[in-house]
Amino acid sequence: MDIGFVLTQTVLTFIGFQACYFAIAAIGLNVQFGFTGLLNFGQAAFMAAGAYGMAQTVPIFEISLWWGMFIGIAYALFLGLLMGVPTLRLRADYLAIVTIASAEIVRLVVRSVEFQDTFGATDGLIGYAESFQQVGVDLGLNSTADYGFWIFTFSGRDLWRLIVGWSLVAVFALIVWSLMRSPWGRVLKAIREDEDAVRSLGKSVYSYKLQSLLLGGTIGAFGGMYFAVGQAAVQPDVFSRDLTFFVLTGLVIGGVAKVTGSIIGPMIFWGIYAFLDSLLRELVDKPVRIGDFTLIQSTDIGAVVYMVMGSGLVALMVVRPQGIFGNRKEMAFDGR
Amino acid sequence: MDDDMSLTDTSGAADGIEGTVDTTAERVYSEFAAKARAALSGVAPEPGAPKPDPILVANGVRRAFGGIVAVDVDHIEVQRGSITALIGPNGAGKTTFFNLLTGFDSPDTGTWRFDGADMGGVAPHRMASRGMVRTFQLTKSLTKMSVIENMKLGATGQKGEKWWNGLFPATWRRQEAEIEARADELLKRFRLDHMRDEYAGALSGGQRKLLEMARALMTNPTLVMLDEPMAGVNPALKQSLNAHVRGLRDEGMTVLFVEHDMDMVHDISDWVIVMAEGQVIAEGTPDDISSNTAVIDAYLGTHQGRSLLEDE
Repeated sequence: MDIGFVLTQTVLTFIGFQACYFAIAAIGLNVQFGFTGLLNFGQAAFMAAGAYGMAQTVPIFEISLWWGMFIGIAYALFLGLLMGVPTLRLRADYLAIVTIASAEIVRLVVRSVEFQDTFGATDGLIGYAESFQQVGVDLGLNSTADYGFWIFTFSGRDLWRLIVGWSLVAVFALIVWSLMRSPWGRVLKAIREDEDAVRSLGKSVYSYKLQSLLLGGTIGAFGGMYFAVGQAAVQPDVFSRDLTFFVLTGLVIGGVAKVTGSIIGPMIFWGIYAFLDSLLRELVDKPVRIGDFTLIQSTDIGAVVYMVMGSGLVALMVVRPQGIFGNRKEMAFDGR
Repeated sequence: MDDDMSLTDTSGAADGIEGTVDTTAERVYSEFAAKARAALSGVAPEPGAPKPDPILVANGVRRAFGGIVAVDVDHIEVQRGSITALIGPNGAGKTTFFNLLTGFDSPDTGTWRFDGADMGGVAPHRMASRGMVRTFQLTKSLTKMSVIENMKLGATGQKGEKWWNGLFPATWRRQEAEIEARADELLKRFRLDHMRDEYAGALSGGQRKLLEMARALMTNPTLVMLDEPMAGVNPALKQSLNAHVRGLRDEGMTVLFVEHDMDMVHDISDWVIVMAEGQVIAEGTPDDISSNTAVIDAYLGTHQGRSLLEDE
């Protein structure tokens, strides 16, 4: 067994592409779920909105890739209004139901044969990301050459997308962090606790909830856009329920209502995933048997990793319900 | 707290509903109380009596939940600058009436005017900016925010509450400082300044009532509506709450409050409105009400299961 390989994999995934776009999505989800208490179970839909907005530009609309940012934002805002306007006046549960359903509807629409010419059906869309990669090349990063030191060695293409990604993380973290320290953020946190109290003090709760949903959704869309250009291909099934719940899990691990938590949570999520996955692969190069019973074989690894992570999450919630960066004192006061 | 407040005798000790009213003579009323009482002295003690200078006028406000008519108020007026108590047995519809007036619930029929403006159909969040603020029977202090944050939330018209300004502290920092100064002043007045940076969840039940009242004042209201300010508050703190409520009137605000504590009602209110089974059954000065047989019946239940509105 090569423990060095396992650790290298862990570290690289910890700061890798996946952790990065999950972090962007989690920063957005944190605005809604963490700070405002909106149960958005459809962050995948917002990410799909961003990703498809980006991917449609060159192959479908035949315009420059960069317009994709505006298209992605427009899609996300439209989606947010569609979900939020009818449900945000109602109790929190309704938003949860609507968002989880909307996310599925979005996925089914973009993968449908009917809209093959618009969204590319199950094949998804490709051939739009060249101008993104070109910027990296123009800045002097040869896409095939290796850069870095020790284990941190990346191809120019990888390095470029990581630089862009973590810059986006930094920008959105800063935006959310400063918004949450403003009076605007104070209203959101108050809504999370008691809508009626906020209403009696003269704030339009509905409008704030909608703003929060739209802001979080737009940030989520940026996560999707980044995924689209980084991966240079989008397929509909990337944006399944799993995506939403993995983002949510990352957020909970890190600690809700904390900007640091929403960034480091997804990193830890994928770090642990990579650690378990590569460790098990190293251990199980042939099936492990007890007598005639096959305990684990290489094809089981994917499932076992999620089982272990699930148990770990349960354990974390018991020991540290506020997440790694959460505020224990804040958790202590419950109810009214 | 102002010193003149302590001059006010708060020993309304053992007035029962029927009780003696001879303590009236010993009380020293503030100038504002005297003014409010003088203004109301000419008002007939009957349901729906017109007041010389009403700030709130409601007409035909009715709300039914299925077959039960929770509120059916024909006509009601609240005198500006007075402390008006809304009393009545449990289930009389007092809180529902509050909810209707503040837009938290909508009536089936009826109109009401606040300061001359029609308030029917106005969303609850627009009430505060018009000068009408309410508290809740079950205290709604935001436990996971600090006391000072709770207070600052109360201020209306904050620039920084627009998200596009939120990103630029320069646009709201000065206003925030003003708000904070005002909040600190109020906290001091309500003796909560030592808890300033604690979570509101760390406050006692009585302190939360104080915080909620102080927070409501951050909206600069002209009419303060308190829903059972004394519920679950110990006798010592009751006295100080009493003084605070009087203080609101003495600053020129109008107070309308729901209460069960008859001592407090008798002690601080200038006018009392009695509700039973959704209707206003009596109105008058505290002394009128103490001797009103309809009220005594409503509270003590001589009707024993029959409708209070039924004639004997």
